[in-house]
Amino acid sequence: MTATTIAPARRPALSEGLRRKRRQERLRNLAFLSPWLIGVSIFFLYPLVSTVYFSFMKYDGFTAPTWVGLKNWTYVFTDYPFFWPALRNTLWLVIVMVTLRVLFGLGIGLLITKVKTGAGFFRTAFYLPYLAPPVAATMAFAFLLNPGTGPVNNILGSLGLPQPGWFSDPHWSKPALTLLALWGIGDLMVIFMASLLDVPQEQYEAASLDGAGWWQRFKFVTLPNIQPIVLFAVITGVIQTMQYYTQPLVAGKVASGVIGGSGQQFEPGYPEKSTLTLPQLVYHLGFQRFDTGGACVIALVLFGLAMVFTAFLMRRGSGFLATDD
Amino acid sequence: MSNLLIDRELDAPPTTAPGLTAAGRAVRRTRLLNWVAVHALALAAALFFVLPFVFVFLTALMSDQQALTRNLWPDSWHWENLRTVWETPGFLTWWKNTLLYAGLGTALTLLSSIPVAYALARFKFRGRNFAMLLVISTMMLPPQVVIVPMYLFWAKQLHLSGTLWPLIIPMAFTDAFSIFLLRQFLLTIPKEYVDAAKVDGCSDFRALVRVILPMAKPAIAAVALFQFFYCWNDYFGPQIYASENPAAWTLSYGLESFKGAHHTNWNLTMAATLLVMAPVIILFFFAQKAFIEGVTLTGVKG
Repeated sequence: MTATTIAPARRPALSEGLRRKRRQERLRNLAFLSPWLIGVSIFFLYPLVSTVYFSFMKYDGFTAPTWVGLKNWTYVFTDYPFFWPALRNTLWLVIVMVTLRVLFGLGIGLLITKVKTGAGFFRTAFYLPYLAPPVAATMAFAFLLNPGTGPVNNILGSLGLPQPGWFSDPHWSKPALTLLALWGIGDLMVIFMASLLDVPQEQYEAASLDGAGWWQRFKFVTLPNIQPIVLFAVITGVIQTMQYYTQPLVAGKVASGVIGGSGQQFEPGYPEKSTLTLPQLVYHLGFQRFDTGGACVIALVLFGLAMVFTAFLMRRGSGFLATDD
Repeated sequence: MSNLLIDRELDAPPTTAPGLTAAGRAVRRTRLLNWVAVHALALAAALFFVLPFVFVFLTALMSDQQALTRNLWPDSWHWENLRTVWETPGFLTWWKNTLLYAGLGTALTLLSSIPVAYALARFKFRGRNFAMLLVISTMMLPPQVVIVPMYLFWAKQLHLSGTLWPLIIPMAFTDAFSIFLLRQFLLTIPKEYVDAAKVDGCSDFRALVRVILPMAKPAIAAVALFQFFYCWNDYFGPQIYASENPAAWTLSYGLESFKGAHHTNWNLTMAATLLVMAPVIILFFFAQKAFIEGVTLTGVKG
């Protein structure tokens, strides 16, 4: 932004050669950036404006759209029975799932930095689930946590422990999803491990000489050093939760017995709306009920939430923008 | 953990050496206990991460009857289940579609994102910070936010619903996450390399291809892997655009319907699940370093 600080009138007249060089530079910038400029216009800016437009329209995708003002907005907020449960679930998932994921990821990261024998095996074991395709992982967990014949309840039963209904019980479906999310902690484990290994050893040595126990060393040396990474993990976790779609949908479908194929209608959020998330509502309203306007309202709510968290990330992590000059 | 021990001392594996003083033996005993505690904890955690794979594998090889029982270990091994799944009508098509989507998508993403990332990392121009802000915003955006107009665009205007093209074509116009990751890496390469090349008469494009790209290989490999797995795992995109035409389904989308077709057969469903997970896991063992580098690049070098 330095160019704007010089008023155009006071800029000295440029020589012909320098002007040509500037023009060539602008052309070069444009050439390098053109794929993105086209992409962001067609696949981001245009649909965003379009979403705002459709949120004020009644449109079923077939007959011409008509202006209805705020009707779609009031419908979503007051009459659409799925909206508030979805928002409540999101809040639950943000508080419980994100918190546990960060704590567990940090725990696994701490553990792996202490493991000396078989470190390669442990790292691979902790990392692999992160790579499992979400649909496959959810199918696997739907089977593992199957209340009747699933191995988990099987084992719990033989230990004399209670056997929850997991994905079939509205009180247990979100904990079951949380378990699935904790299983795929590999990315956080790697990030925490890298930052833990970067903590200067001298600080630990100094703290030990001062008589600090392991908890004090963790509190006064480790935590301050990895604090930016913890924040990063929290905020990216929240943003991931805003996009949470495949796992709750597939888990709900498998548990309810309604699954697969086009044209099969699925009442989202099985059981009892307990696995509803906002992205599912965009699909439900827009592509199952052909209510384009309502779907666009949900999309804008989602956009607003995602932007609030992104803004927070940017404020705390302005390092993302920094360049070397 | 005892406060007698600083972390670095854990590096040494516990040994029993003769002729130690009482205090020395106490330190060694604490160290041994420490080692046992850490590894017991790690083993317990490893069970949590590994057992689901083991149960999926065991169930995939059970007979139809046994998969309905509470048995955990197969009475007899039915390797033919994998073959049955493989020969299920459609399964091979899903593979081809997934490979097409992931392969072409990754290639197009790299081709379009590298020059953009380079420009955002190195060229000076007005609005560069704003451009970066836009990249991060699009990266954070749930795909559902823009899906309604995008679907109308592809389906009503271009008549391409029922194919994977609405998912592949946008990759020719960059992917925000790939730009972000590449840019973060390119920032770490000293400018002097390009300056030297330009003094030798290289154009910006030639300098990028000949000087920067060879140095950025690890980041490019990481971006390629991430993009490949994004496409491989994508469920929402194929559900929106390809669901109406089974010939265009991908593995992620087809796997779910597979459970529908084989309603009670957990063994076949788990065999299919295993076959969908397998490529990812095999590729991980070949490209471990690139995966780890990619993850650390996103989180640490921010």
